[in-house]
Amino acid sequence: MSNLSNMTIHGYRRENGRVGVRNHVLILPVDDISNAACEAVANNVKGTMAIPHAYGRLQFGEDLDVHFRTIIGTGANANVAAVVVIGIEPGWTKRIADGIRLTGKPVAEFSIEQKGDFETIRAASWAAKEFVHHATEMQREECSINELWVSTKCGESDTTTGLGSCPTVGNMYDKLLPEGITGFFGETSEITGAEHICQKRAINEEVGKRWHAMWKAYQDDVIFAHQTDDLSDSQPTKGNIEGGLTTIEEKALGNLEKIGRTSQFIDILEPAEAPNSGAGLYFMDSSSAAAECVTLMAAGGAVIHTFPTGQGNVVGNPIVPVIKITANPRTVRTMSEHVDLDVSGILRREQTIDEAGDALIEMIRRTANGRNTAAEALGHREFSMTKLYRSA
Amino acid sequence: MSEIPQLLVHEKADNVGVVVVEGLTAGTDMLCCITHDNSTFRLTSNADVPIGHKVALTDLKAGDTATKYGEDIGKIIADIKKGDHVHTHNCKTKRW
Repeated sequence: MSNLSNMTIHGYRRENGRVGVRNHVLILPVDDISNAACEAVANNVKGTMAIPHAYGRLQFGEDLDVHFRTIIGTGANANVAAVVVIGIEPGWTKRIADGIRLTGKPVAEFSIEQKGDFETIRAASWAAKEFVHHATEMQREECSINELWVSTKCGESDTTTGLGSCPTVGNMYDKLLPEGITGFFGETSEITGAEHICQKRAINEEVGKRWHAMWKAYQDDVIFAHQTDDLSDSQPTKGNIEGGLTTIEEKALGNLEKIGRTSQFIDILEPAEAPNSGAGLYFMDSSSAAAECVTLMAAGGAVIHTFPTGQGNVVGNPIVPVIKITANPRTVRTMSEHVDLDVSGILRREQTIDEAGDALIEMIRRTANGRNTAAEALGHREFSMTKLYRSA
Repeated sequence: MSEIPQLLVHEKADNVGVVVVEGLTAGTDMLCCITHDNSTFRLTSNADVPIGHKVALTDLKAGDTATKYGEDIGKIIADIKKGDHVHTHNCKTKRW
């Protein structure tokens, strides 16, 4: 693709300089029991969105850290213009509101204890209405494509993902990372089978060693600690096997095609952690379940997600447009309402990986400029918290 | 390539390929393409094989290694003829 360096998008420049491609006003619950109040506020004030979720009480240690990072990161994401935070009690509510406030965007927090839902909803609705006025007056402005933070994770993979849709994402990263974008990939469990290859894609030996230690810890602490006989009912999944994937190695090799031929990762992120080593590709330690993984990467700051699928995963995200890419002609035929980019021409040898990569860059540009993805149009707003262990 | 291939193979070293058309029936004389260098060859499928599933490019014995992407993807656990369907019934990870 010619003149990538001059490619621009029209995005929302936030108070901290980051560029977003959507302009959401969120009503964000700290915990599960504040979901009802958040949904009531979102019902009162049009142009806002509540993001109900399942957790946030009695968590502790690393599990609580992941919870705070996920909620704060979601509010801090550059696709979000302003946030109303509601929690049951003021302590953790303030902690989350203050975390989001570091971005400089408008944040208001409310707690329910000693007031009840009615009073909380009344006060929060007034704040939400002001935020809608504020957000809707913001204008998109021209920004370089290199200011985008783009994540990837594939789902309902089959052998066509390794042949077509994952190499398409890889080609996009091989072209855009040198331009200075920030990228995310992850899926710790699904790299199993290709871990020796993934480690070599680290920018240097030190990062590679840290990557391997992270992967090994997952194997030892999660897989071997909880396995029954083997992973054969979960990895590959029943859908993967239906699609022709036989072993975890075959699945992992296809998965890794998402980082292309030349891209190297520069650092490793904890779940929902924001990059802090500059532009480049990051590996985020993350679940391979679609909604969990996209939620974590959005909390890390990704503003667009590229999602290769084979058998037809339908996942979306509340705040990040998820671009669905498939090379499987049967999925194009049976599930076209979920497909943003059809690269099945690769399988017919009518389209090269290079051409498919260019087509994805063009779809990223259009999505950044405002084109709603299939998942957005269909109302897919899956928001799934990653839970590391039982609560206290 | 004017004729559309029925089977794609990632690398020259691979001993399995992937069916990329729907409704492939036993006895089909498949056009096969190695994506790495665009070279082609022909192979007859011994079975009805669903889209996305694999076919053996050579005879394989139990204990052999299945190779795809030029990499080890598992062990063969039953003897396989060239052109046979390769999946969970005759191929398994070496990991567990």
